[in-house]
Amino acid sequence: MTPFNVVAAAILAVGIPITFIRFTQGLASATNLSDRTPWGFWIGFDVMSGVALAAGGYVTASAVYLFGMKKFHGVVRPAILTGFLGYFLVVVGLCYDLGRPWRLPYPMVVSFGVTSVLFLVGWHVALYLTTQFVEFSPAIFEWLGWKEVRRVASMLTVGATVFGVILSTLHQSALGALFLLAPAKVHPLWYSPYIPIFFFVSSIIAGLSMVIFESSLSHRVFADQIDPEHAGEHDEITLGLAKGAAVVLYGYFAFKVIGIAHGNDWNLLNTGYGHWFLAEILGFILLPCILFTTAVRQQNATLARWTALLTVVGIVLNRLNVSVIAFNWQLPAEERYFPSWMEIAVSVFIVTVGLLTFRWIVERMPVLWEHPDFKDVQ
Amino acid sequence: MSISRRDFLRGAATTGVVSLCGSNALASETHTGNPDRYGVLVDLSLCSGCRTCEAACYEENKNRDTNRRTDNEHEGNLPPPRVPFDDLSVTATRRRPSGGVYTVVNRYQAQGATGQDRNVYRKLQCFHCDEPACASACFVSALTKTKEGAVVYNPNVCVGCRYCMTACPFSIPGYEYDNPLTPRVKKCTFCYHRTSVGRPPACVEACPYGVMTFGKRSDLVRFANEKILAHPERYVHQIYGENEVGGTAWMYLSPVAFDQVGFRTDLGTTPYPELTRGFLSIVPPVLVLWGPALMGVYAFTQRKEKLAEREKRDAVGTAVASAVAAAEQKAAKQFEAAMKKADKERELAVKKAVEETKKATAEQEAK
Repeated sequence: MTPFNVVAAAILAVGIPITFIRFTQGLASATNLSDRTPWGFWIGFDVMSGVALAAGGYVTASAVYLFGMKKFHGVVRPAILTGFLGYFLVVVGLCYDLGRPWRLPYPMVVSFGVTSVLFLVGWHVALYLTTQFVEFSPAIFEWLGWKEVRRVASMLTVGATVFGVILSTLHQSALGALFLLAPAKVHPLWYSPYIPIFFFVSSIIAGLSMVIFESSLSHRVFADQIDPEHAGEHDEITLGLAKGAAVVLYGYFAFKVIGIAHGNDWNLLNTGYGHWFLAEILGFILLPCILFTTAVRQQNATLARWTALLTVVGIVLNRLNVSVIAFNWQLPAEERYFPSWMEIAVSVFIVTVGLLTFRWIVERMPVLWEHPDFKDVQ
Repeated sequence: MSISRRDFLRGAATTGVVSLCGSNALASETHTGNPDRYGVLVDLSLCSGCRTCEAACYEENKNRDTNRRTDNEHEGNLPPPRVPFDDLSVTATRRRPSGGVYTVVNRYQAQGATGQDRNVYRKLQCFHCDEPACASACFVSALTKTKEGAVVYNPNVCVGCRYCMTACPFSIPGYEYDNPLTPRVKKCTFCYHRTSVGRPPACVEACPYGVMTFGKRSDLVRFANEKILAHPERYVHQIYGENEVGGTAWMYLSPVAFDQVGFRTDLGTTPYPELTRGFLSIVPPVLVLWGPALMGVYAFTQRKEKLAEREKRDAVGTAVASAVAAAEQKAAKQFEAAMKKADKERELAVKKAVEETKKATAEQEAK
């Protein structure tokens, strides 16, 4: 019984009863959602942040398979697994939030609302989940020893990677575009016609940072599983990803400033929400940018890892800002939403289930090490 | 470039299918709507907050879930009121439509035109927008604008995502959050079972003071303007809902500034579906162009790798060739040297043998 297992068991012991309550008694029994605030923590964290953080799959796969950056080959499979599990957990979290989750396939097969950005999101998440599964399947088939099936699955990798980038471009930006329909509810510093681009660019940053973060954790927790040659490259890979993240963060920060200029919102920066906005872009976009740059120059992989964690927190903060914190900013304090402890408990529960699933897979399938029978590399 | 036929066909087919879905988004152009669509004009200068409309709405809809032309029997569609409708004190609270209440009348303390304080009562319900944000937002088309003007909800396809509630600029739709199995979005139905056959909604019919007028929207705009012209001191010179968010079916005249009676005056006149049009229009280009662009990148990478391979092979080949040549040269030199050495030794041996023979002959002769 390791400490992690004890804590995980406790979280499961709380999460399972809450799940039961939510589904037998309705959303009101487990959440603080209201008519003024229909979307809360489960949408802001599980769906919005979850999708952004699972972007490491398409970013890493395209770097390795399309742009030929073979250096990162060691982290492709863990990144795709994180991506696949991430999206799967997004769907799980969404099922808690939907009024009738069993109707989730409806926009695919029953009734089509083609004017809706959410229609796009729904289709793309479903297709992308499938694509990530295809990209990960060679690992499963290697584990099962199905050589022929594995060979076929491998041939689909490049096509699946291309498709994954197309889908990700659209649905990452679409999640931001959802809020284009709420100009009167999202604070002007966060509301912009550029929200879709903000969300897409920050998903790349989120993906790169999550891969650094996940590989650091795996390196420590699963040290006995990792191929010795990959173990040796770990710092080099971390710094390579950090370099990419720094470059994109510069672009993102500059674009955020352009966004303020576009909306002519300079005077808003000196309000309460303005200060909060500055905290987000200075502390969680500009600062990680500077730290990543420093880490790369000094070849300091440890600094890069801590910065990756800071960046991940910043992405979550941004998604929560747009969907929950800066949403309904005009409402008086007593009408503002704050998540119930059960909403937070369910989110923690879902993340824990994700970690346990990741561990189960990684301990059995060739994710952190290469299967000796399949040493050929795509 | 080594993309397999299978990969290409898979990518092309899926791109085609999904882009067909995306291109429909552009088909929902702004339309002028049915010119004969109905509306309701609410004259707040006449309302005294008697809540008769609230009671009539409840009685009309408590066992009826109107979403189509026909009556839809639904026991317990609306829960019984927590406070009886003749209790007028609740109008002082900030009630809103909700999962169990389609319309409310609230009291506002406002400043009249001559500066005096006065109470103004405001009935609030779904505005039945001409270009509803909720209908645009719904990913299963559960909300639709009918040709008669009502925006109606179909609970048979609703998944309960509540995006419509996020999108509504007036924050009107409520949700049955305490219903675990059949939760519905709830809002005023414009009594569609009545208005679809030309009858006014229950609230309009029940109002004892004639606060509301039901008719063709275009007629109501004219009627409202006539009222303002006839009594310019009685009204703010604006019809709320005439142009807000592209125009709504339910419009208001007020004796005081609209923001004093709970209306948002910063919503603009752009219809909400316009707001996502720009984003949705980039979907087909991305779907169709990203594929070739990324395959181009892949081809570049493959070619770069192939050239690098070739260069490496050439470099190795050259290195091997020069190493072989060097080795051959060295071997040739060594052979030459060895031959020279062998020649020399032979010469010496021959010399030695000749000398010894000479010596032996000389010794022989001496004997």
